[in-house]
Amino acid sequence: MINSFIENIEKQQLRPLPEFGPGDTVRVHVRIKEGDKERLQAFEGVVIARKHSGVRETITVRKVSFGIGVERIFPLHGTIIDHIDVIRRGRVRRAKLYYLRKLRGKAARIRELDTRPSEAKKSK
Amino acid sequence: MVNGIIGKKIGMTQVFSPDGTVTPVTVIKAGPCVVVQRKTAQRDGYEAVQLGLVEDKPPKRVTKPLLGHFGQTKRAKERGKQPIPPTRILREFRLESSQDSTKVGDTVLVDQFRENDIVDVVGTSKGRGFAGFVKRHGFGGGRATHGSMFHRAPGSIGASAFPSRVIKGTRMAGHMGVERKTVKGLKVVKVDLEKNIMLVKGSVPGPNGGYLLIKKRIV
Repeated sequence: MINSFIENIEKQQLRPLPEFGPGDTVRVHVRIKEGDKERLQAFEGVVIARKHSGVRETITVRKVSFGIGVERIFPLHGTIIDHIDVIRRGRVRRAKLYYLRKLRGKAARIRELDTRPSEAKKSK
Repeated sequence: MVNGIIGKKIGMTQVFSPDGTVTPVTVIKAGPCVVVQRKTAQRDGYEAVQLGLVEDKPPKRVTKPLLGHFGQTKRAKERGKQPIPPTRILREFRLESSQDSTKVGDTVLVDQFRENDIVDVVGTSKGRGFAGFVKRHGFGGGRATHGSMFHRAPGSIGASAFPSRVIKGTRMAGHMGVERKTVKGLKVVKVDLEKNIMLVKGSVPGPNGGYLLIKKRIV
């Protein structure tokens, strides 16, 4: 049971986000504080997992940097995230893409999701 | 002035601060409370107020002696007691001085707390039933494998020839939980006066829906 009081507190913290899911390539712009200056740093990679719900929702973004796999977990509704750009939609068949960790190079590619409206839908 | 309030634990969540850090918080529905009785040094030996927690649902059945305590019976009214709607929960809070102007019928609200105040929270811990050594006292227990024949047993509980008995207070298995527990030094993260809600950093004892006492830390 989700209590209405808790729901209320959490709802105020939810932020508008683009639609994306596992397999998609995203660029996450993170706010970084250096002294009293603030700048944005981008982290671009494949979303391999989307976990939890509500304000607790997080994504795991994986990229290969100079041959070394790097993963970062971002709280989706956290204030350190400035915005998220969806670069490419991917066609994948599972919700968690942990198998990508064992693959490298060509094998670690993800097919692009066909976002065009299908023929069947067009004819209707 | 009353330095505390009765509340009800609603549950836990998290809040983001502008600098990006996440704070785990407990949501407490605190008050509104009403002063049911004023205890004085001359009459009762100490200065205190008895607060009642006003809830959405009033108590279904109230015994006649309790109705008298709330000033609802004919006799109580004849004695000049101020009638107050009965509440389910009554708790006492000490007052600092006898000059305190708090009187019966006053309401006590969450507005006494501000953000970044430090509070102590009293609650009744969750019941664990008859718990063993490992859970109740944090004993290590033995190895699970490699021929170990000692798993979750207590080990030695005393010497044999002397004192030839088990010392009182030796930690053993037994009932755990359902005790009054105080968590000290919790920070108030947010106060919502309109909804009688306060957010306190960290966890507090007891299940969701459990009753709590929130006391202001007096420095």
